[in-house]
Amino acid sequence: MVAMRIDCKHVWEHISAYIDGEVEAELRAEIDKHLETCEICAAVLDSTRNVVVLLADERVFEIPAGYSKRLHERIEREIAQDDPSKPEP
Amino acid sequence: MPANPELEMEMIRRVTAGEKQLFHQLIRPCERGIYLLLFSMLRNQAEAEDAAQETAIKIYRNLHLYRGEAQFRTWAYSIARNEGLRRLRRVQNAREDSLDAMTEGESGDFTPAVLTSWREVPAEALERKELGALLREAIGGLPEIYRNVILLRDIQEMDVRETAGALEISEAAVKVRLHRARALLQRSLAPKLKGFAPGRKGLLGWWR
Ligand SMILES: [Zn+2]
Repeated sequence: MVAMRIDCKHVWEHISAYIDGEVEAELRAEIDKHLETCEICAAVLDSTRNVVVLLADERVFEIPAGYSKRLHERIEREIAQDDPSKPEP
Repeated sequence: MPANPELEMEMIRRVTAGEKQLFHQLIRPCERGIYLLLFSMLRNQAEAEDAAQETAIKIYRNLHLYRGEAQFRTWAYSIARNEGLRRLRRVQNAREDSLDAMTEGESGDFTPAVLTSWREVPAEALERKELGALLREAIGGLPEIYRNVILLRDIQEMDVRETAGALEISEAAVKVRLHRARALLQRSLAPKLKGFAPGRKGLLGWWR
């Protein structure tokens, strides 16, 4: 059986889906095979995956100090206003 | 934060039935994402926080309209997004992304940065302030349509369906935009992040 040969460009096209585990088994096997012998694609995959991992790190995107507290105070005012039986604290 | 939809639905029922204090608890898992989504759109801390408060109030007032077709979080984010859009429209000086970045066309260079020595970025590297700054800067430089998708999918770790729901675009569009966004980030970040790699090993040492 002649396996479908895929080139680097083809691999790059599927990198995002590959990282998310969304490529079909057959294509996945092709990509895996390509990655074994292509250092460039392996590096591109790893660096892209690292970017994805870093993005999920909570320390990258900080919320302003006190944001949550102020948000809930605002909600509290809304609730109090909404409910005449409960006067604003 | 995988929400339990039944528990959530029950909480929503109770809030709308009068246990209003429960709303604090309901909104808490979404509040970070709401802020980040709005910040990605408005690019201004104070404005994003103000919009986030406005969003929370809108969610509270419209809670009786939530029917549970989408996850609560998805619904909440779509309200946040609409609030962001409303503000962008209101403030006519909204930063205009280039026309070609707003289309789904094939324009733009999505070829990855080819490098052979950067493999692992250790989590500890994040302690270095510059890395966070580099990431934020790179994301800030993305066209808005990519920024939003990256934010929900990779930063808030929502799935494709949820992301599509929150942005009111198709799942296919989420995947395409996500792919391009990641490719653009890899391109701009990989060469810079090289400096953060721990020990750089020789070419033969680094692959699995
Ligand atoms: Zn290759």
